[in-house]
Amino acid sequence: MAYDKLSRDAMAARVARDIPEGAYVNLGIGLPTLVANHLPAGREIFLHSENGILGMGPAPAKGQEDWDLINAGKQPVTLLTGGAFFHHADSFAMMRGGHLDICVLGAFQVSAGGDLANWHTGGADAIPAVGGAMDLAIGAKRTLVMTEHVTKAGEPKLVARCTYPLTGIGCVKRIYTDLAVIDVTPAGLRAVEWVPGLSFEALCALTGAPLARPA
Amino acid sequence: MIDKTVQTLADAVAGVPDGATVMISGFGGAGQPAELIDALIEQGARDLVIVNNNAGNGDTGLAALLKAGRVRKIVCSFPRQADSHVFDGLYRAGRLELELVPQGNLAERIRAAGAGIGAFFTPTGFGTELAQGKETRRIDGRDYVLEYPIHADFALIKAERGDRWGNLVYRKAARNFGPIMATAAACAVAQVAEVVALGDLDPEVIVTPGIFVKRVVKVPVAGAAR
Repeated sequence: MAYDKLSRDAMAARVARDIPEGAYVNLGIGLPTLVANHLPAGREIFLHSENGILGMGPAPAKGQEDWDLINAGKQPVTLLTGGAFFHHADSFAMMRGGHLDICVLGAFQVSAGGDLANWHTGGADAIPAVGGAMDLAIGAKRTLVMTEHVTKAGEPKLVARCTYPLTGIGCVKRIYTDLAVIDVTPAGLRAVEWVPGLSFEALCALTGAPLARPA
Repeated sequence: MIDKTVQTLADAVAGVPDGATVMISGFGGAGQPAELIDALIEQGARDLVIVNNNAGNGDTGLAALLKAGRVRKIVCSFPRQADSHVFDGLYRAGRLELELVPQGNLAERIRAAGAGIGAFFTPTGFGTELAQGKETRRIDGRDYVLEYPIHADFALIKAERGDRWGNLVYRKAARNFGPIMATAAACAVAQVAEVVALGDLDPEVIVTPGIFVKRVVKVPVAGAAR
């Protein structure tokens, strides 16, 4: 039976559904940034940016950019009424100290044990850059990953053991892919839901570690 | 009368010796003291160790300092960016040493230096290649890595307003590393858009108290150029 992968926006909307009112949330660079566009207007959620912002708002109108008010990706943003600025040590205390409820990160690979690899391909000629990824991965109360289910070459990104350099160990709680939502449990990966038309067996075949049926 | 303001950018960076460790504030361009960096290039100190979140953007500011060949080593969290071509070239040519530090460990190592902490255990990076060779400890069931403070000879930071005692306030997210770098350097130098009279800064909102700041120099900023 045929199935459709979720679009990037549909993935973002699915993640946004699981972010409750009042949550303090950090959205990683790339795909996770899209989640902000899908948070319901009536729900008060505090977006944190590693460079010292709580209550981060959407991009400004063209011509209204303020280059002292940027996000982690160095794009101009705005501040919501009630937002706050603080220095870098406080910003990372919010992460490392367990004050953030949720962070959403991209991934090269996630292991069955919740290990995350998302900062470096390990290639000999690649210039490494880690930024706040390691602090976020282990800091938030709930670390969520948002990623395509397989690489462009068709290789599983959910694996028994990460082969790329690790960002954090045992830190990922839930994975949102373009095919499924999958929990990381003490017993390994467990499917929560998957796209219509895709059989559970087919999903397992695209997943590089044993996958349990929903509880 | 104590007056920490200096009249010229050259005075602001006077005395930076060859081989100095220099912290430079900023997250990308926000909070980067571009004029102080230009003055440091002019001043001529060589063989510098630079501490910054990034490794320069485009061809100005920190990138220009790298391009001028004055930097031996950079300590940062995120060197590789779309416009980090100056760093990329020097790094690939083996002409620049890189110490890559997770961003929160970088901030905390700077904070620790300013706060007189000898070292600290952090969970960030445990089990990764950035913690290789470092001492670890399990505390209450969680694994930590021992990290040491980063002290600097000079810190070049950008604030919005300052007074002659060195009290500073910042502007929006340009605050970033400024307040902690000011505490971690033997000589913190702040460029400010405006020097105000003592008492004009509300004591309830001063972010960096003057005790951490040695020199203040006014660098007027056009609104559009922020």
